[in-house]
Amino acid sequence: MSTNGHIEKKRLETPPAKFKLKIQRREKEGAPVTWDTFELPYRRNLNVISALMEVRKNPVTADGRATTPPVWDMSCLEQVCGICTMVIDGRVRQSCSALIDDLLIASGSDTVTLQPMSKFPNVRDLKVDRTKMFDHLKQVHAWVELDGSHSLGPGPAISNEVAQERYALSRCMTCGCCLEACPQYGDDNYIGPQAIAQARLFNMHPVGKTDMDERLNGLMGEDGITNCGNAQNCVQVCPMSVPLTKAIYETNRDITVNALFGWLKK
Amino acid sequence: MSSNGIKIAIVGGGLAGLAAAMKIAEAGHEVDLISVVPVKRSHSVCAQGGINGAVNTKGEGDSPAKHLDDTVYGGDFLANQPPVQRMCDMAPEIIYLFDRMGVPFSRTKEGLLDFRRFGGTLHHRTAFAGASTGQQLLYALDEQVRKFEVTGKVRKYEGWEMLSLVMDDHQVCRGLIAMNLQTLELKAFKADAVIMATGGPGLVFGKSTNSQTCTGSAVSAAYQQGARYANGEFIQVHPTSIPGEDKLRLMSESARGEGGRVWVPRDPGDKRKPQDIPMAERWYFLEEKYPAYGNLVPRDIATREIFQVCLDGFGVAGENQVYLDLTHVPAETLTRKLGAILEIYEMFVGDDPRYVPMRIFPGVHYSMGGLWVDFEQRTNVPGLLAAGECDYSIHGANRLGANSLVSCVYGGFVAAPAAIEYAKNVERGETETNGIYDAELKRQQEINDSIIKSEGGENQYKLHEEMGKWMTDNVTVVRYNDKLKATDEKLIELQDRLKRISINDSNLWATQAVPHARQLKNMLELARVITLGALNRNESRGAHYKPEFPDRNDEEYMKTTIAEYSAEEPVFSYEPIDVSLVEPRKRDYSKGKSASK
Repeated sequence: MSTNGHIEKKRLETPPAKFKLKIQRREKEGAPVTWDTFELPYRRNLNVISALMEVRKNPVTADGRATTPPVWDMSCLEQVCGICTMVIDGRVRQSCSALIDDLLIASGSDTVTLQPMSKFPNVRDLKVDRTKMFDHLKQVHAWVELDGSHSLGPGPAISNEVAQERYALSRCMTCGCCLEACPQYGDDNYIGPQAIAQARLFNMHPVGKTDMDERLNGLMGEDGITNCGNAQNCVQVCPMSVPLTKAIYETNRDITVNALFGWLKK
Repeated sequence: MSSNGIKIAIVGGGLAGLAAAMKIAEAGHEVDLISVVPVKRSHSVCAQGGINGAVNTKGEGDSPAKHLDDTVYGGDFLANQPPVQRMCDMAPEIIYLFDRMGVPFSRTKEGLLDFRRFGGTLHHRTAFAGASTGQQLLYALDEQVRKFEVTGKVRKYEGWEMLSLVMDDHQVCRGLIAMNLQTLELKAFKADAVIMATGGPGLVFGKSTNSQTCTGSAVSAAYQQGARYANGEFIQVHPTSIPGEDKLRLMSESARGEGGRVWVPRDPGDKRKPQDIPMAERWYFLEEKYPAYGNLVPRDIATREIFQVCLDGFGVAGENQVYLDLTHVPAETLTRKLGAILEIYEMFVGDDPRYVPMRIFPGVHYSMGGLWVDFEQRTNVPGLLAAGECDYSIHGANRLGANSLVSCVYGGFVAAPAAIEYAKNVERGETETNGIYDAELKRQQEINDSIIKSEGGENQYKLHEEMGKWMTDNVTVVRYNDKLKATDEKLIELQDRLKRISINDSNLWATQAVPHARQLKNMLELARVITLGALNRNESRGAHYKPEFPDRNDEEYMKTTIAEYSAEEPVFSYEPIDVSLVEPRKRDYSKGKSASK
């Protein structure tokens, strides 16, 4: 313990000399799944990405078989671009912020297991195609309509409270953790928490509000908001702590209000 | 290409590329947007602290003229001043536009935009959205461009990498060749003009604060086809990064903007925890040396001081690290204003910066240099424009914090109308029949084939690591001519060894080995431009520091370095700078600034 009651991070007490990385392999979409296990020297500050980088330099399995370098996506390595998301020891998360030390402590084993997300087309090895998530943003009209990008002075005054609430929703990096963890989401049956939260983000904006009907319409189809089963898995796995369930609740309320009073507007 | 409409190809979907795409689509023209990653995942998301604009909401008498003065002074008088002035004039409008797009900027009690302080200025000039401003600005443009995607004006090619430009017989750019990173399919993109907006080349240094996509590869390809590369030797090393195995994670300057103090124990052997060391036994070396600006001196200065303190043996625990201390700021304020970046530190290091001082060290961060452009963002190649970090135009010898986001948007906003104007006047028609696209496709396919066939003992990832280490050791904070010469020899050796790699991937579907091999070849070319540019510049200015030549030498070197490609080595020339707006003067951050001109 240090000052102010702050708890210091737990470290492996007796670090192993080596650890294993067990990786799910697939040559391309539709090909059979295989597994490769690699053995790597342990270093305290390794994350999953730097472990994969080590493997890439010398793709030889623990039993001495030469194989292809594993393919995975990575970019910012600061958990803000969302691209490197995968399933690590059974939990969906970003591989850049998954520290080997923490994973070995949590599992109590000498092996870290990597799999691609299961709800998206598996391009190869750990790489998936999340195009669908961006299409969903079109479906919910996730933008503010402007008169134009020319100079028109400042936007409307907004209280800091609302700005902070919107900021929390706006941190969504389209990583797909919520969809992977959602028991309802799969095979295009449900638009999912990510897009609903983005609809909420723009419905909360004084100007964005004017297109609320269009946004809500995008959520009232067969794949719409009623598919939410309230499992609340999404909010537990969200790496950016986006208030997803709150957004779903508030959007549901907006839809009800719209349905109740919508006919009055006509 | 539509029958008589204008089509512009934009390479790169970060802030600059999206800004240009929005403007072109809004003007009713078509855009092909080519990006190695889904554009929402571009490196702009990493920008943390904020965006500068002299909106002057704090009653401090700030103005675009002062923003101009701070920028060219901070840049140590290497930037042409007219475009800087135009950017500073446009900056408040840019911030207002993002406000209208719905960016959740932090706000004041009255509900207006809040501004924080940043390095190299004495004014509150930086608008911010928590500590992930770049992410928020990028998302706003991503949303606007998605709207134009729905209406069909913008067509995105995400997961495609530019390999080369298509040039006609008159050396006019007529489009580009890109590769689908999944299928390795090559495709020619015909365009009336091409805008490069591909960001910086951080990966040339191996580990940096940049994203893994920041190879500079496309820019290098353009350079090898005749585009001039300017001021390559000016590489910003950010004073505060968190060293990691895979990258150097940025600790934003906003940490100092919000009151963060840099210090080391006065006794280098002090074994106590930082919290237990009394104030009097701490050495706040930046505050001591620079009373006026303190911890908010420009980045090049802070970096050199931290570097020197460690070199002199004062690094914490004898290592290359100093404390960046926020523990005196209330935890609630820190969470609200800096939450996102403090989380990053806690996630990767394990300590909570609200209670324990952070340990940081400088890391390669930004390239002031880039493609040469004129004041309308046009390169020397007709039909090719550039915007954002990949162009050289704004930041001179050192970039001020929070000026990058504004320069990206500015660059995109200037490049877009300039590209349209060019496209309206360019002659078209015959180029489609004379086979230039097929010829360039064939040339690029042959390069891929030779990489796939190549067999030798070398490993491309190890070569990349070696290049990064040499560049970081010898071409960053402190530069010596003998070491620069040795580095260039090393780079030539690496270029030769690259011919003897074997890609160790028998499965070509979505392989990362072929694209990486091509990127590495291009990175080595840029590495030579950076290294030789540094070797030739015998002075110290901004981020470029040579102990053998410790002073700025305006007479000989107040000039833009220009590198042009030749098969043997880059050919250098120098171009005078337009300093018509602010008279060059010596930088001195120990005193407050006297009134600007």
